[in-house]
Amino acid sequence: MGTNMANNYLKLQFLSLPENQAFARDAVAAFCLPLNPTLSQLSDVKTAVSEAVTNCTVHAYRGGRGMVTVECSVNGDMLHITVSDNGVGIADVEKAVQPFFTTLPSDERSGMGFTIMQTFMDEFSVSSNQGEGTRVDMTKRFLSEVENA
Amino acid sequence: MTVSGNIQGGALKITLCGELDECSSSSARQVSDRLIENSPQVSKVVFNLAGVKFMDSTGIGFLIGRYKKASRMGIPVFIENPDFAADKILNLSGIYSLIPKA
Repeated sequence: MGTNMANNYLKLQFLSLPENQAFARDAVAAFCLPLNPTLSQLSDVKTAVSEAVTNCTVHAYRGGRGMVTVECSVNGDMLHITVSDNGVGIADVEKAVQPFFTTLPSDERSGMGFTIMQTFMDEFSVSSNQGEGTRVDMTKRFLSEVENA
Repeated sequence: MTVSGNIQGGALKITLCGELDECSSSSARQVSDRLIENSPQVSKVVFNLAGVKFMDSTGIGFLIGRYKKASRMGIPVFIENPDFAADKILNLSGIYSLIPKA
């Protein structure tokens, strides 16, 4: 990522504990406040980050301990977020992003995490290598108000 | 997250307050299940989400789980007062076809 080109940059690293999820999504929400998000945009970003970070806890590290990295950069009116882990990886990414697909149905998992990230953000991609980890890239554009017609 | 229950006019109302996510869902699940188990005679279960300030897809799994439990007991389930953000996720998931808005 070209952080030298960014207007602002944030990197968070934390253990994949469930109690860190609220902290992570709230930190990203606070970071994007200078972009003057609407409440709805802010909520979209928080939810998308929560989904990505929850995947690290539940799937990548299967409830064990590992590091989660969240990087955010602002370029103009764009917020780019990367959430990455060094966990087990995803066997079939194409399948994993399908709505309602889950590897843990008995665990009351909805299988909607990637669908929510995809729907709530403007750009979304996921790449994964089994045994190495997963990286989710998401972008939200905060269109500035048009002042004059 | 706090979970409380009371019976109003034959219906079990379960009120959730706080953030419903991976961290809070297991205790919310336990308390809600106990409330449902202890009220087999109610005509319906209503989840009041007015106090839910944040919810991600864990909340969808949570609600579907309670729906399945109540359905096995023959009790319909409803959702009440989700805020705009919870409503967006609930709509996206199609959950309202199983658990309609009260």
